[in-house]
Amino acid sequence: MTAPSVVPAPPEAPNALFELLQRLGDDRLVLGHRLSEWCGHGPILEEDIALANIALDLIGEATMLLRLAGQVEGQGRDEDALAYLREAVDFRNCRMVELPNGDFGFTIARQFLFDVYSVVLLDALTHSAHEELAAIAAKALKEARYHVRHSGDWMLKLGDGTEESHRRVQRALDELWRFTPELFATDDIDHAMRQANIAPDLGVLHEQWEALVRDVIDRATLTLPHDVPSAPGVRGGRQGFHTEHLGHLLAEMQIVARSHPGAKW
Amino acid sequence: MTGTMTNADREAAEQVRDLPGGDWPLWEVFTQSGQGAPHEHAGSLHAADAEQALQNARDVYARRGGVISLWVVPSGAITASSPGESGPFFDPGADKAYRHPQFYKVPRGVRGL
Amino acid sequence: MPQTRAPGSTEDPAMTAAFEARIAAGESIEPKDWMPERYRRQLVRMMSQHAHSEVVGMLPEANWITRAPSLRRKVGLLAKVQDEAGHGLYIYCGAETLGVDRAELVQQLLDGRAKYSSIFNYPTLSWADIGVIGWLVDGAAIVNQTVLAKASYGPYARAMIRICKEENFHKRQGYEIVSTLAAGTPAQKAMVQDAVNRWWWPSLMMFGPSDTESPNSAELLRWKVKRKSNDELRQRFVNLTVPQAIAVALTLPDPALRHDEATDAWISGPIDWDEFHEVVRGNGPCNRERLQARRAAHDEGTWVREAASAYAARQRAKQATAAA
Repeated sequence: MTAPSVVPAPPEAPNALFELLQRLGDDRLVLGHRLSEWCGHGPILEEDIALANIALDLIGEATMLLRLAGQVEGQGRDEDALAYLREAVDFRNCRMVELPNGDFGFTIARQFLFDVYSVVLLDALTHSAHEELAAIAAKALKEARYHVRHSGDWMLKLGDGTEESHRRVQRALDELWRFTPELFATDDIDHAMRQANIAPDLGVLHEQWEALVRDVIDRATLTLPHDVPSAPGVRGGRQGFHTEHLGHLLAEMQIVARSHPGAKW
Repeated sequence: MTGTMTNADREAAEQVRDLPGGDWPLWEVFTQSGQGAPHEHAGSLHAADAEQALQNARDVYARRGGVISLWVVPSGAITASSPGESGPFFDPGADKAYRHPQFYKVPRGVRGL
Repeated sequence: MPQTRAPGSTEDPAMTAAFEARIAAGESIEPKDWMPERYRRQLVRMMSQHAHSEVVGMLPEANWITRAPSLRRKVGLLAKVQDEAGHGLYIYCGAETLGVDRAELVQQLLDGRAKYSSIFNYPTLSWADIGVIGWLVDGAAIVNQTVLAKASYGPYARAMIRICKEENFHKRQGYEIVSTLAAGTPAQKAMVQDAVNRWWWPSLMMFGPSDTESPNSAELLRWKVKRKSNDELRQRFVNLTVPQAIAVALTLPDPALRHDEATDAWISGPIDWDEFHEVVRGNGPCNRERLQARRAAHDEGTWVREAASAYAARQRAKQATAAA
């Protein structure tokens, strides 16, 4: 037996910008998809319309981000190819957004935690050295500012509403909290993007985020969970390590597109 | 689900139920479509409070753009004239020709009036 | 409903005559105007059925939002179904001007006491159904609503005007999906033809029974709530739609369909009214599922609505205390 004659090539240097754009785009695509599941099933007609509006904003943002990602990658993939033809392990969203909707309290608590994250992150990205990304961030920031007004108001209403609503939304917060460190965990991609002045320091954003979240949580008479994992865990959605829920979500989302290869819609 | 409400909750919720529209009261929505344009009645909706009424009005009546300002008013706060009295109420205004410029004659050839 | 007195029993004949004269003169009736109790009740019935139809109608289409095959289709469909919610809302609000609460109307729907358009008791089985619903079902609804925009009751007519403006995009979206599929792969063509086969006849039934069979038609026409008969509107829809089917080489499942040269009209074959009455009676393919979905949304939303009410009341109480 001889030694293998071919030494495996070193893995191609990951295109950090492509990775970053997928992270931003996939967060919004997956969360927008989850919110769209509410359509027709909301607690009251007015709220059905509100949730659909937020879903539309998020999917619109995802479309722009994934389109740009495809251009940056340069392999001829457009936003639909990225949304409909990637496997779960190739998605780069944080895990929080792929969790099933749960009750309205869970949906709102997740939305609130994400919306605040989105506002601080997009605000920073408007100063990105990457002009197209900065322009998308500026547009998305306006939308996110409205989203947090909506979810923040509901946090107050549910937290300081009835005993039942308080209990439900507190339970949702407790369940979601362990997924929040992932939003601010940094890896080589983040370092490279920060070096290039394309993306901000997530550590700084973490403090802003927590202050804003804490303010609303306090006013909503809720309590921040204490059992915060100090480290965000070794790997998460940003590296393709998802919960089992994402595969099911994608199976549904991609079924028609994948059943007819090459078809136009 | 009412069983999980405290007395204070129930008392609070009952005040709301007194208002027209069931659980959430009815609000009238007025939209302004451009700088200098008047606010016009667009329709109504249900909301628990003013902030929610504003947010819902944005999503229900301004989701296609073209609106730069919104008013929301609890429907119960609007006092309307009564159609049964519309004769005495409005007709006297209809024959006051001297309130309209056409009532007054201007000599031929004079402009700017 | 707050008032239940029998029509004509206590109503002043002079008032009724004056009302009829206003209608005949083409005047618009407003909420605080005097109106015969029967007119009010017919309007509440018709408007609430219409609003229920918009809301129940969200369900078969929402069934495909999560499976829309491209991002463009996903936002288009979501925005469309969201519009249906908005349209239900506008019409409920219009009905509320007649002195009835939306909560009460919704309860009638959930209890199975109120009707809604039977078309929404059919299932959506493929992506092509989304295109065909937009084209045929929204197409039929637009024919109806364009005429309702001239209804004698002001709030109903105004809601219809707003809805017609917004629904323009629904039909175009549907037809775009249909024409794309019709020009697509053999599998896509088969999919869209199958959808047309399933939706064509139910779409024609949307206009309701023939006028000779329709119990409410004559009165509604006299009061100018309806402005055209069911059969006239159905014929208008057929005349509009057949050329659109021909343009994308789709076959309508009616072997008797023919063009009448003299009137330049497309004449369809007989409608199976037995099927229509079965679905209205609750025996359509999805009647149970639709109501179950609405009930679940309502029940699971109770604690949410209560929370917002309790919060609002507490805030008001705080403000009152602070002001005192």
